[in-house]
Amino acid sequence: MRNPNMIGLVQNEVMKIASKKRFAVVAIILVVLVSMFTYAQYRDIQEQIKKQGTLDWRVELQQDIVDTQNRLASSSIQDEFRQFLEFDLKQNQYYLDNDINPNYPGAPTFIRIFFSQGLTLILPLFIIVIMADIVSGEQNDGTIKTLLSRPVRRWKILMAKWLTTLLYTSMLMALTAAVCYAISGIVLGYDGWTAPILTGFQASPSGTFSTEFVHTIPMWEYLLMAVGLAWIVTAVVATIALMVSVLVKNTATGIGIMMAVLISGTLLTTLGSSWTSSKYLVNVNFGLINYLDGQAPPIEGMTLPFSLAVLLCWTVGALIVAFWNFTQKDMY
Amino acid sequence: MKPTVKLESVTKVIGKKTIIDNISFEIFPGEVFGFLGPNGAGKTTTIRMLVGLIKPTSGKITVCDFDVRKQFVQAMQRIGSIVENPELYKYLTGRENLQVFSRMLPDVDEARIQEVIDLVDLTARVDDQVRTYSLGMRQRLGIAQALLGRPDVLILDEPTNGLDPMGIRDLRQFIRKLVDETGLSVLVSSHILAEIEMLADRVAIMSYGKIVQVGTVKELVESLAPGVDWRVDDAFKANEILSASPDVQVSEIVDANTVHTLMDASKTPSLNKQLFEAGVEVWTIERKVQTLEDLFITLTGGDHIA
Repeated sequence: MRNPNMIGLVQNEVMKIASKKRFAVVAIILVVLVSMFTYAQYRDIQEQIKKQGTLDWRVELQQDIVDTQNRLASSSIQDEFRQFLEFDLKQNQYYLDNDINPNYPGAPTFIRIFFSQGLTLILPLFIIVIMADIVSGEQNDGTIKTLLSRPVRRWKILMAKWLTTLLYTSMLMALTAAVCYAISGIVLGYDGWTAPILTGFQASPSGTFSTEFVHTIPMWEYLLMAVGLAWIVTAVVATIALMVSVLVKNTATGIGIMMAVLISGTLLTTLGSSWTSSKYLVNVNFGLINYLDGQAPPIEGMTLPFSLAVLLCWTVGALIVAFWNFTQKDMY
Repeated sequence: MKPTVKLESVTKVIGKKTIIDNISFEIFPGEVFGFLGPNGAGKTTTIRMLVGLIKPTSGKITVCDFDVRKQFVQAMQRIGSIVENPELYKYLTGRENLQVFSRMLPDVDEARIQEVIDLVDLTARVDDQVRTYSLGMRQRLGIAQALLGRPDVLILDEPTNGLDPMGIRDLRQFIRKLVDETGLSVLVSSHILAEIEMLADRVAIMSYGKIVQVGTVKELVESLAPGVDWRVDDAFKANEILSASPDVQVSEIVDANTVHTLMDASKTPSLNKQLFEAGVEVWTIERKVQTLEDLFITLTGGDHIA
């Protein structure tokens, strides 16, 4: 095979990242986190058995519904939270009416919840840990000079780096799912791949809730979609991190910027819907799995295709800035 | 003979400051070209433009007839370089570093990697992480990296930085041998005169972004007016007479009894007579052999050098 080719360049990037052992660090963090969550779940189940003497999900769900109703009856809760509870109530009621367990016990359910909760913070954080210094690190070490004075065009080098971030995004998804499955299965059991789950609830911040398009799909199909959406969000974060890494020489500053983007995103989405044009911000659109769950989006007018379009625009923008800057600038 | 490296009126302006001011030179096959100048004279900037890291504001740089801007890939295939320091991946082993860079070159296989490892005599430590290397070993690995693609031009920016005297001597012998055996061109930059004097066939002297003189070391030294030191009873009076003479280019007082001049040595007897007639007692007249350093100081206007 004639060098230089793209596969060789990606191989180089993988070699550099692998020798820094960041992926191993992320794996260890994941194992610790998942073990903790699993243990918490285990205690939860024990508690229930003690309280109710049984593990019937119908009893549990009914109890949940009653709890929610009680909370709604109190006048001291905020409007937005009230709405969230109302949707939750309706969804649970729907599950109960159709005799489907929303939290079928088993490792696949654990994976579903982990991805849905970790989507906007933990998973992007992991990819930042692995990828934030992919360009700025070379500038700090000075190796960028050796790298860019080799007979390979600059855009090819950055392309290899971007493809490597996508590769690691995929590896991160696989790793997360595998760790969740292996560890939570010890307590929750390893089955439940074909358990039915409902999707297609339609909720909006203005208060409408529709079950018109609701249908059941097997858990594995749901998980495939959820992991796919998580991949998209993580890949978008990784691409923006790549751009920041090109623009900012200091890796710590770069990580800081990315953290600010992520955290302000979660803040903005919980803060409410008064600032409607914030729906065009990239970090407000990270909660893709919510659409699958059937939770109301943070701002009126947001749908899955809308969010995907916003993410696509920001990604293309980030790539244009990164490539333009990387290929044009003088390297000192 | 066609030059391997050619710079034509290259200028680099950053902001309003002219860092490199209209420089031109050529390097030929089989020649060690020395690039001499104080820190900040623009040596590294010039080298960076040569390897495509920064763009010249105007002018043209070609490597083996390939334009560095327009035919970047072809030009870079013919250059091996160390810019400033041997910048390598410290968290990889020496061999892994070479593998990384071999994937960026056409037709470099494991056999070639082993060949350059042997060439720079790094076999014993090549599978250790680069972070454990001494500066000299990093320098050698840097050279191995530069030679990997069998270049026609080797660029070494301040290659003796941080080397001990033994290392400097080894490097000198290595470069000489390499040039004699392969006929490649080498560009060596340095702010240390003695180094360039020993290493280079031809020298370009740089100061404030300009090339002030180019020539072989011998030519440059010969171009100098020889120095003559006068030991007299009254240096001030002697200096007055000497500096007034059209035969003396430079005259300066060293101490109360010594005047240093740059002048045509054949005029020594007549000047001696003039001094005698003016009542200056001349004790000794000494002819000084000029070095490149004198030239350097003259040309760069006493700009600081190591």
